[in-house]
Amino acid sequence: MNIESIPGLRRLWRGVHVPDYKETTNHLPIRRLPFPPLLIIPLSQHAGAPAVPLVRAGQEVVRGEPIARADGFVSVPMHAPATGRIERIDLSPSARGTLAQAIFLRPYPSASQEILYGEPQDIEHMSPAEIVAAVQQTGVVGLGGAAFPTHVKLKVPEGKSIDTVVVNGCECEPYLTSDHRVMVEQPHEVLHGARIAMKAVGAPRAVVGVEDNKPDAVDALRKANTADSGITIEAVPAKYPQGAEKMLVKVLLGREIPSGGLPADVGLAVFNVATLAQIGDLLPRRQGLIERVVTVSGPAVTRPGNYLMAIGTPLRWALEQAGCAANVSRVVLGGPMMGAAVSSLEVPVTKGVTGILAFSSGSLNGQHAILPCIHCGRCVDVCPLHLNPSQMGLLARKQRYEEMQAELHLYDCFECGCCSYVCPSHIPLVQYFRVAKQALRERKVQA
Amino acid sequence: MSTAAVIELRTAPHLHSGLSVEEIMRNVVYALLPLCAYSVWLFGLSALLSMVTAVAACVLTEHLICVASKRPTTIGDWSVVITGLLLALTLPPGFPLWMVVLGSFIAVGPAKMLFGGLGFNAFNPALVGRAFLQAAFPVAITSYTPALALHRFTSFIPSTFAIPLLKAEPLTAWIAQVRVDAFSGATPLVMQKFDHVTTDTWTLFLGTRAGSAGETSALLIALCGAYLVLRRMMDWRIPVAMLLGAALTGMAYHLASPALYPGPGFVLFSGGLMLGATFMATDPVASPTTPLGLWIYGLLMGLITVVIRFQGGLAEGVMYAILLGNALSPLIDRLTQPRIYGAQAKEAAR
Repeated sequence: MNIESIPGLRRLWRGVHVPDYKETTNHLPIRRLPFPPLLIIPLSQHAGAPAVPLVRAGQEVVRGEPIARADGFVSVPMHAPATGRIERIDLSPSARGTLAQAIFLRPYPSASQEILYGEPQDIEHMSPAEIVAAVQQTGVVGLGGAAFPTHVKLKVPEGKSIDTVVVNGCECEPYLTSDHRVMVEQPHEVLHGARIAMKAVGAPRAVVGVEDNKPDAVDALRKANTADSGITIEAVPAKYPQGAEKMLVKVLLGREIPSGGLPADVGLAVFNVATLAQIGDLLPRRQGLIERVVTVSGPAVTRPGNYLMAIGTPLRWALEQAGCAANVSRVVLGGPMMGAAVSSLEVPVTKGVTGILAFSSGSLNGQHAILPCIHCGRCVDVCPLHLNPSQMGLLARKQRYEEMQAELHLYDCFECGCCSYVCPSHIPLVQYFRVAKQALRERKVQA
Repeated sequence: MSTAAVIELRTAPHLHSGLSVEEIMRNVVYALLPLCAYSVWLFGLSALLSMVTAVAACVLTEHLICVASKRPTTIGDWSVVITGLLLALTLPPGFPLWMVVLGSFIAVGPAKMLFGGLGFNAFNPALVGRAFLQAAFPVAITSYTPALALHRFTSFIPSTFAIPLLKAEPLTAWIAQVRVDAFSGATPLVMQKFDHVTTDTWTLFLGTRAGSAGETSALLIALCGAYLVLRRMMDWRIPVAMLLGAALTGMAYHLASPALYPGPGFVLFSGGLMLGATFMATDPVASPTTPLGLWIYGLLMGLITVVIRFQGGLAEGVMYAILLGNALSPLIDRLTQPRIYGAQAKEAAR
């Protein structure tokens, strides 16, 4: 397999080379995980307003049936991931550590699990507004982790125009290979989703950016692509955090998203490959998002792999099915650089979960004592946004949060974790910044 | 599945590069060891004793200060060993031991621990210690002895065991006794400045000449520095910028008056420039963090070094150049904050 990287100086200069640990799962085909005895479907799995339940306790539902409706434009509906009975609508642990409202659904063990909902729809004859409305009905949100409702991004803001759709196939986080497998196994769905996005935003072209450590994905997409599609597939040198949209659009197109702005400000709309694959698959059949591919990996997992699992599958079930060592001490949702460690294994898989990583005690270093900053400047050298984490860290220690915001652009930080990763003093810089942002929010509320 | 009783809750990132401060500092010590060995070969037992004394005094000072202030001892981070070695390497090999101890105390006590220890010192501790010694004992710190002297492995330089606070015997008689032909006790910089004798660059490069214990061989210093750069434990931009700054300034002087001022080769390899640029200016604590700032900082120190050498009353200016650079580094940092991603676009969009 021979892939060509894009020529010229366009590459990610900052950032870090992290060992990617992808070889454990990147060759493993997507496999379906059995339904758990009880599915927990949180009403808020996306950015925006939580969905409103359409069902009540005791009601029987069929796989694919809407069970919650969108509450306003920045919100999405939920669909039943399995045929079964609604047990209750109650509080459940969430990845953020708080309790959140969720629908508890007990699948029928003997049901056919056939998807009876949905009907064909002809996208070629739909207007952009109709596509946006139809995408909202699928319940698709950003599957790369952000979980931002996709239809909102497909609606071009007033006064802006989009010339290029950027498709993000970087998957730069270590361990994660779910997007990789989607690109290899469902390239047609990805490209079809890209065409739908192009139609919705009125862009004549799309660029798919894939890191060059996934040559088979580049190959599969190029083979599935047609010359007249307006879509090009580019391999970019692998480096973390290239999957951040700000980084990727700079590398692919040389454009910088303004500080505090949106991709639309520079004529772009950015979507994750798995998101587009779902749209390409679901939209023509007018069905809802009920399952997704999740990488289950990490040193404590005995049968790591890329599993297609129902939304609402509890982490405990997923880890049991994939096999898990007894001494698991940390479970991370998402990648190890930006993912959150969960406090409970009853937390369910939501639409934005890209991976479940289990680490046994001692496999992660996090026990090191924090030493004073020695001003070595490594964090400054790796910050992809050219911020000064060292300086911000010193200010954070003194709780001078206003200065961090006013002079050092605290709010531009998207918490990629490069600074903490390289810090030889083991200063938890990113955590300091999260605390600073939270403190500023609280001060603002009080004022 | 049975999980451990305790689930760790930690925040992202969950991975770390694995590089620690201790490892960086330990590697700097490793990189200094060849210089120490070469120095012992050049100057003999006195140099060895001076190093051992300096390191012991520095470590002891830091440990005692930690104990006195009821804090866990910080000698485990290895940075204080570097301070001790660097101090000894910048002193004449026969420097009186009691003065070494005093300098070590000043370097670690007031210059480092009083500021808050590692990470908080505004100036390179070893250089502050040396600056104190230069001010307090101007004669002793300029009393150099020749390299490769006779009996250097069997006897000490007499000044090593000078009795505290008594006037020391001049070394002239002893030097006349032990020196090998062609090796004088005067450093190349002194010979150039006051006698207008320029030592040839090759001698400077190999370092078989008089000088401070560890500054003599440009070649060895460059190799040791390269080791640290290759292991990514030292920022190459600072030494490169400082040497560039010195070479350019030296070139300007040389072109203006070739008879009076030696060429950039001499400027680069004489005195303590190589040692200072490689191991002292690169002290991360006292240098800027921004990429542009590093270049400005280095170039500025190179310039000041040469200006002090050619215009000032002292033969060598590296120490003051670096201390001035240290003093300026917070300002340089402030003035050279990088343009953040998306900043220009923001202003244009307004």
